[in-house]
Amino acid sequence: MTNAASPEVLARVTGLVKRFGKTAPPALDRVSASIFGGKITGLVGPDGAGKTTLMRLLAGLLLPEEGAIEVLGHDLKRSPTAVQALIGYMPQRFGLYEDLTVAENLDLYAELRGLPRARRAEVYAELLHFTDLGRFTTRLAGQLSGGMKQKLGLACALLQTPRLLLLDEPSVGVDPVSRRELWRMVQALTGQGIGVVWSTAYLDEAEKCDEVHLLNEGKLLFSGKPAELAERVAGRVFLLDGVGGRRRSTLAQILAAPELLDGVVQGSALRLVYRASQDGGGTPTPPPAAGPSARLRPVAPRLEDGFIDLLGGALRTGSALADSLHPLPAQSHPVIEAIGLTKRFGDFTAAEDMRFSIPRGEIFGLLGPNGAGKSTTFKMLCGLLKPSAGEGRVAGFDLLHAGPQARGRLGYMAQKFSLYGDLSARQNLEFFAGVYGLGGGERRARVEEMIAIFDLAAVADQTAKLLPLGFKQRLALACAVMHRPEALFLDEPTSGVDPLTRREFWGHINGLVEMGVTILVTTHFMDEAEYCDRIALIYRGRRIAMGSPEELKRRVAAAERPDPTLEDAFIGLIEASDAERGAA
Amino acid sequence: MSAGGGRRLIALMRKESAQMLRDPSTFLIALALPLVLLFLFGYGVSLDATSVRIGLAQESTAPPAASLAASFLASPFFRVTTGHDRRELEPELVGGRIKALIVIPDVFAERIARPGGIPEIQLITDGAEPNTASLVRNYVQGVLANWQRQQPGAVAPAITVETRFWFNPELKSRNFLVPGTIAIVMTLIGTLLTALVIAREWERGTMEALLATPVSAFEILAGKLIPYFLLGLASMAVATALAVWLFGVPLRGSFFALTVLTAAFLCPALGQGLLISAVAKNQFVASQIALLAGFMPAFLLSGFIFEIDSMPPAIRAISAVLPARYFIASLQSVFLAGDLWGPMLQDIGILLLLGAVFLGLAMRATRKRL
Amino acid sequence: MWRRILALIRKELLAILRDPRGRMVLIAPPIAQLVIFSFAATLEVTNADIAVLNQDSGRWSAEFLQRLGVGKSFDEVIVVRTPGAVRALIDARRVLAAVEIGPSFSRDLEAGRGATILIIADGRRSNAAQIAVGYLSQIAGTLGAEIAQASPERAAAPPAARIAATNWFNPNLNYRWFTVPSLVAVIALLVGLVVTALSVARERELGTFDQLMVSPLTPFEIMIGKTVPPLLIGHVHATIYILVAVFLFGVPFRGSLALLYLGLCLFLVAVIGVGLFLSAISQTQQQAILGAFLFMAPAIILSGFATPIENMPEWLQTLTYINPLRHFLVIVRGSFLKALPIAEVLVHLGMMAVIAAVTLGAATVLFRKRLE
Repeated sequence: MTNAASPEVLARVTGLVKRFGKTAPPALDRVSASIFGGKITGLVGPDGAGKTTLMRLLAGLLLPEEGAIEVLGHDLKRSPTAVQALIGYMPQRFGLYEDLTVAENLDLYAELRGLPRARRAEVYAELLHFTDLGRFTTRLAGQLSGGMKQKLGLACALLQTPRLLLLDEPSVGVDPVSRRELWRMVQALTGQGIGVVWSTAYLDEAEKCDEVHLLNEGKLLFSGKPAELAERVAGRVFLLDGVGGRRRSTLAQILAAPELLDGVVQGSALRLVYRASQDGGGTPTPPPAAGPSARLRPVAPRLEDGFIDLLGGALRTGSALADSLHPLPAQSHPVIEAIGLTKRFGDFTAAEDMRFSIPRGEIFGLLGPNGAGKSTTFKMLCGLLKPSAGEGRVAGFDLLHAGPQARGRLGYMAQKFSLYGDLSARQNLEFFAGVYGLGGGERRARVEEMIAIFDLAAVADQTAKLLPLGFKQRLALACAVMHRPEALFLDEPTSGVDPLTRREFWGHINGLVEMGVTILVTTHFMDEAEYCDRIALIYRGRRIAMGSPEELKRRVAAAERPDPTLEDAFIGLIEASDAERGAA
Repeated sequence: MSAGGGRRLIALMRKESAQMLRDPSTFLIALALPLVLLFLFGYGVSLDATSVRIGLAQESTAPPAASLAASFLASPFFRVTTGHDRRELEPELVGGRIKALIVIPDVFAERIARPGGIPEIQLITDGAEPNTASLVRNYVQGVLANWQRQQPGAVAPAITVETRFWFNPELKSRNFLVPGTIAIVMTLIGTLLTALVIAREWERGTMEALLATPVSAFEILAGKLIPYFLLGLASMAVATALAVWLFGVPLRGSFFALTVLTAAFLCPALGQGLLISAVAKNQFVASQIALLAGFMPAFLLSGFIFEIDSMPPAIRAISAVLPARYFIASLQSVFLAGDLWGPMLQDIGILLLLGAVFLGLAMRATRKRL
Repeated sequence: MWRRILALIRKELLAILRDPRGRMVLIAPPIAQLVIFSFAATLEVTNADIAVLNQDSGRWSAEFLQRLGVGKSFDEVIVVRTPGAVRALIDARRVLAAVEIGPSFSRDLEAGRGATILIIADGRRSNAAQIAVGYLSQIAGTLGAEIAQASPERAAAPPAARIAATNWFNPNLNYRWFTVPSLVAVIALLVGLVVTALSVARERELGTFDQLMVSPLTPFEIMIGKTVPPLLIGHVHATIYILVAVFLFGVPFRGSLALLYLGLCLFLVAVIGVGLFLSAISQTQQQAILGAFLFMAPAIILSGFATPIENMPEWLQTLTYINPLRHFLVIVRGSFLKALPIAEVLVHLGMMAVIAAVTLGAATVLFRKRLE
């Protein structure tokens, strides 16, 4: 029923300008775009790019300062209620009443959206089957997992089949398995001619959309098919295998070359994007820094490569942070150790017998679905949670019995920006210096050093919560490393951050690792996981797999999928674990 | 309102009721807090100086002095510590363990014996507590006058004052404080609780989801107001039952009048709550404003404890627009005097007017946009 | 260790002073409290209206009426003609009390017979009514005594006994001398409790608490870091109120400033212990503020701040001994008006020290538990 030749235009915005506050830069700056029926339209951009503002404008929840919005033939400024009867909208955090049950949430939205009573049974049956929530109708929405909440939120938006479905960051806080299911569900909807708008900060997710609108700082940078954007860098993307020695420092050296646009660590290899060259085409010679055995192999370009190209390439600053450190001496004993860590809450075991040890200078990732126990393990290892059994050690100190010594040797950076928002950047730095026992001249010197390294001089006396996201990120890292920790704990450190800031961040992390700092990172996102040397996959409170990203991928490689992605590996290993449990 | 509107409204109200029953903080504010306040005010706040601790320095042992001392000892208003020298009792007064010191001086009997001699006793009160000091002085005057009337040769005074306290002849302050407490409780439910639950919807993002459906702003507000209106009435019934059966406050008026009054008061109280939440959109700020702009004035400026007449004009002007003031006045009447419809209808009229103002402002502030 | 604690204290003070909400908590309630309590919270009767039903046309009733108008107790004297009008005025709370003078009032007095006036007062406001009745009786009594002196029949009878009344500490029974010093205690309670209760909850909400927990700070150091700032802020507020009381309201200060500050310090520690306790059990700032309210309401009501403790039932009076505000109020009022002897102060200081030890101890235990 979709008409591939000329899809119906469901919504059109022209010249939209939206401001919050007179002096602030506009949240949306002259944005014009169209949304088509039967397609998934991705609204892509880092946090603060204007995605949510555009979503709310489309749902009639905000009025623009300038420009026009036409949705399903109505002028949204004049008749928002008429439009709201025809659209489905799922806000961030899904808009569910957590103290109502699944069935009560459905009942409420069914009535609000005017679903005829006679059709209820049929529609509920269909939606509950579709979302696989049939078994949980009497459970409170607040007790559902992130993935289940997301599905319920979707079901509530679908009660009166909408012609346009708006999903605002549906994948935040949701693990890859649930994300993939949601994606399948949404694809089924587009088959019926429904137009879907899906906003996300993740470019790998946006890549799967039919159309994308790329936003950055309120401006629309690109509209079109993801492949078109990726096409910009076609023939310029290569994987560099067989890098001798330390691939992170090698990457830093390679990136110094002017012909390179971008480069990231991807498992044991490096992924490089070259700038467009005059002579064009052909595989360039491997950079000399990579060593004699390095080989370049062309790979398919990604949306992210196109985005970076659009922005003019990654910042090529080396990490001054690493230069400020003295390399930590090599040592035989591990820096972070989990020795049978177990945590029980009542009769529920959140984490069972976690064992691993992380040697100096390694990036170790903890991956797993929501509620699987990775956060619990992470918290036990940095001293935020007391284990029920087993012990965690940092730099040889037991967190339980020598807590302050162990904590003095670790740095911690939380997922959300968790510094003191009302203090200035400098006051934050001074506070953390003081907490870690630096005093007098040493403290002043270190604070100045951090300000210089992270280029914070211009904002040092501004209130931290008002800083742009990139500066906040830098400030958070500066606070976490100013006492020169041996181990750094990162909790989804770059979620919602634009690709350039993320590269800068990992540039610093790579530099730290080269100096011997050990990193433990927990994440939902595969591009962060790719930076790891080793990954432990945690599921249902147990470690179900551990190894390098390459090893994990190899374990799920099969004839029909010779080159699986890390996400494939994640899902494959979890399904295998489920199968094993089912058999046992 | 269309048929769809009616269905939406019922659905919203059903949702609100289900949440009310499950949310511990609603339970806390709607049930536990009223009980705590009723107990506190019922037992803890009393202006009745029924057994004031006083000291009596009987410096004369002559018969008239002894009989006067006996009068003081027999008075139900006093709990007397006796001594023979004022100096031994003065430290007690300084320490606050007695609130007044009566001295019957050694010349007391001599003066009575002398023709035309005016007998005199001394009263030293603890001025650090002025209200008690005033009351004690009245009581002492009463005891003294009574005693003198029983003396040989006594003549009735030229002017006798006969006093009747209407509505509350036992002069129990509890009888007017407990009805006042009901007004405070209604303020908490109407203003604080409503402000909190709406701010919570903003905070959790559910308001955004509601607004994106075809619901109208009126339906959202009505869906909130009606359940809390009913909760307020239910809470009033519970509080009234406690007031009558536990605290022995008479209910001379009708329950019907009580219901009408409460309903009228809940209009401005709920309106204020809506207005606060529409402005604050954040539970923390909403609770602060509700306590500062709702609870505090209702407690202090409404005539609940402190006399409005005695306040300076500027503060009297503020209290003129306080819904609680009119509610408390009428509540005290219903409990103690009966259904005085004349004055009560006037209060109800003012309450409905204030309600219309608050609700109108709240409607203006809650547009169907973020 | 001290370096870490100092950094924490500095941060805490900065965070409160730089946050607009924090500043609101520090500035708005104290001003509102000062205005409302110093001007509105009074049990005095001034400006009340009374009704008079005068059926007598003689000179004594006219004299009595004339004396009513003098003095600040009564604002308007409404003369009515019928008992029904009296009823209506009282029902509508238009007047606090009504005076009924019978038709033979002046005649009886002239004839040397005793005369009676009837006072009807509104029992719905029994406290104010009693005070008003007291004033009215005094006026009647004085007038009666003057008439008796002039009348030959009565001169033989023994004259009425007199009371020579003096009010210690507050000769004119100025109500503000009673409320304003108490505000020093209430403001210390308010600020100490709210600042402490909010500080941990705010960190929890913003996620910075985890940041503290992974630093080398021990729970004990965090406790100290959270205790000192409200202690300092509480002292500043109390000092401002003490100055306002003395220099703006002219309340005499007769006691020992050193003992008052010692009491203030102990009181604040006790209150901060409660605040820490609240913040350990609440997850959000909203819960913390409601918790603070739930503690403050009974603490103020059961302290003797507004109404005397002696009026409460015996069992409740016993309960008030665990209320730190009760003890501190005695010290504050004693220090201002009474020059309370040291021995008296020490008793209450001792009680507060015990309470402080208990609340702070309980908070420490709970704090440690929650942190693990």
